[in-house]
Amino acid sequence: MSAGSPQIASPAARLRAAQRLLSDNPAIALTFIFIALFVVTDIVNRAQSGKAFLTPTQVSTTFLYAAPLALLAAGQTLVMLTGGVDLSVATTATAGAFITSGTAQAQGTGTALLLALGLGFGIGLVNGIGVAIFRVNPLIMTLGISSVTLGALTIYSQKRFVALVPNIVNTLGSSRFLKYVPYDLLVWAPIAALIILGLRYSGFGRMIFAVGDNPVACRLAGVRVWQVLLLVYALCGAFSAVAGILLVGFNDAADLGIAAPFLLPSVAAVVIGGTSILGGSGGYGGTILGALILTVLDSLLTILNASQALKQILYGAIILALAWLYARTSSGD
Amino acid sequence: MTSSAAVEARPRRGLNAGRLGRRHGWTVGVYVLLLLLILYWHTIPANWGSFDVQSLAIDALPLAFAAMAQSVVIISGGIDLSVGSLISLVNVVSAKYMIDMGFRNALLFGALLLLGSAAAGAFTGSLIVLTRVPDIVVTLAMLFVWAGVALEILQIPGGGAPTQYLQLGTGHWWSQWIPSGLVILLLAYAIFWLPLRWARPGLALYSIGSNRNAAYLSGVGVARTRIFAYALGGLFCGLAGLSLSATSGIGDPNAGQYYTLNSVAAAVLGGVLLVGGVGGLIGPIAAAFVVTLVKTILILKGVDQNWAQVIQGTLIIVVVMIGGLAIRQRRRT
Repeated sequence: MSAGSPQIASPAARLRAAQRLLSDNPAIALTFIFIALFVVTDIVNRAQSGKAFLTPTQVSTTFLYAAPLALLAAGQTLVMLTGGVDLSVATTATAGAFITSGTAQAQGTGTALLLALGLGFGIGLVNGIGVAIFRVNPLIMTLGISSVTLGALTIYSQKRFVALVPNIVNTLGSSRFLKYVPYDLLVWAPIAALIILGLRYSGFGRMIFAVGDNPVACRLAGVRVWQVLLLVYALCGAFSAVAGILLVGFNDAADLGIAAPFLLPSVAAVVIGGTSILGGSGGYGGTILGALILTVLDSLLTILNASQALKQILYGAIILALAWLYARTSSGD
Repeated sequence: MTSSAAVEARPRRGLNAGRLGRRHGWTVGVYVLLLLLILYWHTIPANWGSFDVQSLAIDALPLAFAAMAQSVVIISGGIDLSVGSLISLVNVVSAKYMIDMGFRNALLFGALLLLGSAAAGAFTGSLIVLTRVPDIVVTLAMLFVWAGVALEILQIPGGGAPTQYLQLGTGHWWSQWIPSGLVILLLAYAIFWLPLRWARPGLALYSIGSNRNAAYLSGVGVARTRIFAYALGGLFCGLAGLSLSATSGIGDPNAGQYYTLNSVAAAVLGGVLLVGGVGGLIGPIAAAFVVTLVKTILILKGVDQNWAQVIQGTLIIVVVMIGGLAIRQRRRT
């Protein structure tokens, strides 16, 4: 195709080539969008308050803010690669945040973190049991678990307990070292590397793609599809709990709404990153860029004084538009 | 396969008990369950009376309409996650503007809102047909769009409606034992569903839900019917939103959240299979009362409100799991 491309390309052909580039290598286009969005925000910010936005501090802040979202979106990516979606990630993160701050005083920081991770893994496992064994529609299963978890958290939050965010969690969620490097990158980067490499090189990773692509063929080929799904949902729960730990560190307190605003962006980040909502294609690299883009977009909208309502409408529209675009590029020609 | 075809080909005379049982057994079961719950419920309060019947009707009315909305869409082979936020939107708009209106204007405005919400449903359906993005993704995006619009219109709960309008949802007609809401519910069922059910549009709805390709090949306008299903769903959402303002007396941008999951649960419990093409609306209506009654009984028994939510949510998940198993059983036979 590349060798035989004509010298003079018509606009239509050029557009198709651009589409092909986007669908083959979303990372290039997404990086471009990320940088462009940063520049636009810089211009708007200069016009509004006379201050620059394109500074090392703001770049570092963007990464600091993006980490919890990117971790929520990490689990979401895995689930969406299998053709599902997890609407309980935000509540699971809230549960992680509550357990961390609620048990740190009595049990010690290490135990509290382990408890939070274990709870996240457990919630994910319940999701997995519903989806993988009972074949419940993932959306409904995770929405149901989310409402049950939220009810349980409300009861828990009404009990008397000493809420305390350990210093180390606080530092991890909100501080930087070497002036510009956020501590939460120390959590996010290894997990990101693990997911990207794991998806590409491990048998389990390839299995996730295969299950999302064609579960029937997988089952006929002898793959225990339900085991793959079970682990994917459980991992998603654990990653969500990590995000919750970072969030409680960032806010220095847990409340019931701590992670709720991240639910839709977690889906949006994955869709922007080019992971098919039908499963079987995509990856975590795109999701990372999606999370960064959404974080800058959020800053831009905040500078423009957009309401939470308007942001929500915009995220809905973005998901729809991109799902359409990707559906066109993959089924087109 | 051949043996079952032979059974099908055998001419049928009179009533076939087995077939009737397969077709309506589940619905009858739901009504028996409702009856048992009512029998138990009426033993709990010291002086159970028409007041309790009234308050059950008030609690269940919006959910019954939401369940009808969800069922129509599921029967057509889709799923509508935007049910809850469209209900919020109608609720918020009606409460915001009706507060200064007379009764007659409020009724006219309500009729206008019904048209509007049917149009909103048709819009969602058209997006699904045009973009060819899966129902779940489009309605998930619309969930956030409508919720955002509702939040933009009314940031905090407020508004109201003329007293006579409130009486429609909370009053009683003819006898103290006949809540007006129940009459309106049955009227809506008789006006908007029964004439369609056995006419062309209703049959088309069932046919695209049970086998879209076969329906297309036999000349059913699949795209048209899908849009019609979402429009009808939108209409029922409008009724749910209007009845929510009549029963609660205010508009609340977050009030609809409860209905997204519970409408699916009521549909499944009411005998609508998530694969599409199976079920009716009379079962889900009863299921909506069952779901509401479970919570009422729990609270009457002195269970904490939040615990009641957890228990209700768990029951819903169990119901959906059993529904999942039912689909597997059906596939096998």
